[in-house]
Parts: sequence; C-alpha cells; structure tokens
Amino acid sequence: MSGIILPGADGQLFQRDRDWHPKADTPGYKSTTFRAPKHSLLSLGPTQSEMTGPTFGHEKLGELDNDLIRNFSQDGTDAIGQRMIVYGQVLDENARPVPNTLVEYWQANAGGRYRHKKEGYVAALDPNFGGFGRSITDENGFYHFRTIKPGAYPWPNTGNDWRPAHIHFSVFGHAFAQRLITQMYFEGDPMIWQCPIVATINDKAAIDQLTARLDRLNTTPMDALCYRFDIVLRGRRSTMFENKREGN
Amino acid sequence: MLHPTPILKETPSQTAGPYVHIGMTPNFCDITGVIPQDLGKTMINGDVEGERINVAVRVFDGVGVPLFDGVVEIWQADASGNFVGPTAPNSNSVPAFTGWGRQPLSEAGAATFETIKPGRVPGPDGKLMAPHIALWIVARGINIGLQTRLYFEDEAEANATDFVLNKIMDKRRRETLIAKRDGATYTLDIHLQGDRETVFFDM
Repeated sequence: MSGIILPGADGQLFQRDRDWHPKADTPGYKSTTFRAPKHSLLSLGPTQSEMTGPTFGHEKLGELDNDLIRNFSQDGTDAIGQRMIVYGQVLDENARPVPNTLVEYWQANAGGRYRHKKEGYVAALDPNFGGFGRSITDENGFYHFRTIKPGAYPWPNTGNDWRPAHIHFSVFGHAFAQRLITQMYFEGDPMIWQCPIVATINDKAAIDQLTARLDRLNTTPMDALCYRFDIVLRGRRSTMFENKREGN
Repeated sequence: MLHPTPILKETPSQTAGPYVHIGMTPNFCDITGVIPQDLGKTMINGDVEGERINVAVRVFDGVGVPLFDGVVEIWQADASGNFVGPTAPNSNSVPAFTGWGRQPLSEAGAATFETIKPGRVPGPDGKLMAPHIALWIVARGINIGLQTRLYFEDEAEANATDFVLNKIMDKRRRETLIAKRDGATYTLDIHLQGDRETVFFDM
C-alpha cells in the first residue's frame, strides 16, 4: 500500500483557478505586503505526496466539539448571543460529497471579540465562549455545529476598518493538495462589500460562494436560526471513458 | 484524452487571520478544556521504524520579522516510503505514525516537529523522489496557504535527481528547500520574500 487514492478514478486534481482565489499581494489588506511571495509559484501537478493526506477517522471527537454555545462554558450556562445552527455539505468540484473529513471552525463572540491575548478590541469577553469547534463530515459530506452569531469586528489596517461578521473554516479533504482555509459570511450583510479582506477576491461570484444562506425552514422554534454553508474542495479528473459522475 | 470540466468552483480561500491559533491549536492559546490535546502535536504514537529526527522550521517575512502568528502543517511518508491510509470513522485505530503534524509558530517564528525521516516515494516520472516533507503555511497576511517542501542536506545524491527540485530552473533557489543537519535536528529557514525567498508551489 502506498498512499490513499480518492474514490473513483486515479486522476490528477483539477488545477487551482488562481484568478478565483485571492492573489498573494493585495495592497488593500496591508498584512500581505511583506508576507506575499514575489516570485511566481512553481506550477507542478501534485505528486503522491500531495495526492495523499491525513484523515481523522480515528480521532474521538467530544460530544460538545461541535457546540460552541456549551463547549467552553465555565459555569454550565450558555454563551451569550444570537443562537444559530450552521451546517453544510463538503463537496468536490465534481459535486461529489467528501465524507469523513475534518472541518474546524473558529470565531469571535457575539460582541465581535476574540478570546486571544493579542486582541485589542474593547468589547467584553464572554466567560462561557471559547470560539472553537470541529466536526467530521458524515457519509454524505455534511457537517453541522451550534454557535452564536459573531459580532462585527474592528481592526487597524487603514486605521478604522471593520470586518463583517464571519466564521473561519479549515477543511482537509483527503489529499494534502485539497487543504483549504476560508471564511464564511452572512447573507445580506452590508459590511461584506466594504471589507478589505473580502476585497482580496476579485470575482463577485466567488464572494457570493462565501456567503451563507439563511435556511428559514431549518430554524429551531424558540431556539436557533439556521445558516447553510457548502464548501467545495478541489476534485479529480477522470477520463470520458470513465464518465460516471456519481462514480468519480 | 478528454476530461469533463469541473461543475463546481472550488471555495475561494481567505486568510487564516491573526487568530488562527484559536482554531487550529486552541490549547496553545489558552482555550483549554474543549479538546484534550492540539491536533497534530504528536506524530509518533508507538513503535515506529525509521530514524527519529526533529524538523525545525523558522519562518520570516520580507523584512526578516518572524511569522509569530502563523501555523505550519507537514505531511510525509513513513520510513518505507508509504503514506498512512485513511482511517475508518470511529475506528479508534490511531496510527503508530500519523505522517501529519501541525504546530503553531512561536514568537520567534519557529516550530519543531518530532518525526521520522521519510523514505523515498515515486515521482510522476516513475523514478524515486528524494526524501522530502510537504509543508503548508497559513497566517495573517497569507491569502491562500503556501505549499512548499523540505529536503535533507545529507541526501545530496538523491536530491540531484529529484523530480521536483529539478523543475526549479535557478539552481541557487533549490537551496531554499534544503534543511541543514545538526545532530538529529534538521533546520529549514523559510523566507516569504527577499533574496532568500523560498520556492513555493502550485501543486
């Protein structure tokens, strides 16, 4: 045995569309100035080292790992804020579900404050909110977690910039070359369109892909709102002769 | 050969931001009690064949400031050149060697992985690649995770014929991927910009 092969054809991953992703050097987001490589990336197809990757089936997740309302509670009560369920499906570019993959998420509290020693925002900490959780997708690629809606968050950048409410996501897939970090925004938030970090993405449709939709039918009565956020990872090629979409 | 084009677009990347440690190494930044141990901290969980080594990386920005708020992940083959296969859901079968490590960068931009020296893995040309470790770096100011590799200075012969190293036209830049050995520790300095800018890949 040498390396895992994703289900279906043993094809290469589709090349990343680097115009769809943000470029490395985006002057409006000042932190990129000294952290963006200046040389072009060396483009090579992934080798076996990138076509394989860690999986976490063996990892025992705790019962509250996907419950940010309770998983850091110090006194047994709930975190403060607008309660909500966030869920979605992890898929690849062939629209095939990605089961059994680790999804991690982290966020500010309802006031927009992160639990971090370097945080410089005056909003209060919530003693019962840590801001971290994780899930492993089910056999159909779905994840879900319970949390509170994060507040908007100020940061210096040009002196007085504000981030729209957002949740950070880290997703593994089944190949190291699928590794992805991104951020989820909320449908209808006017602050999305004035954010220098959102604006690192050039294509409005790509920004739209980061915007979770309110799922009115899945709200929990007298308890929680519901937002859906699907995540797409790189997919594999397959030849026309093996063109069974469901089998890719 | 014709290929169907993808029907969905990959979700666009966004920076991991200044508080990536909350999400990826919560215990390291004092969010304790949620998970018992930060994931990826330990790569060896039992008797494992191969030479035990430390892989020390240091990451610097374009003006030499350590990347104090970043995270580095590594992925590698075992000593025989095999990658750990997928583990079944709820299998409880923790691999003796996971092949995957994750560390927060310190104030000095440094992280050390306790691992084993990887064996050789076939490359796209069918020949064995030199022993190497795949690296992935995320942080504030990095809009999409940076992919690079670490090679070993005491594998000069294998490095000379390595498929990936040989794709780097400027031979001097190949050196940016080669870790220096001191006892059981291999050290690699990664520069995001400047005269010694590391070679990064789109793989």
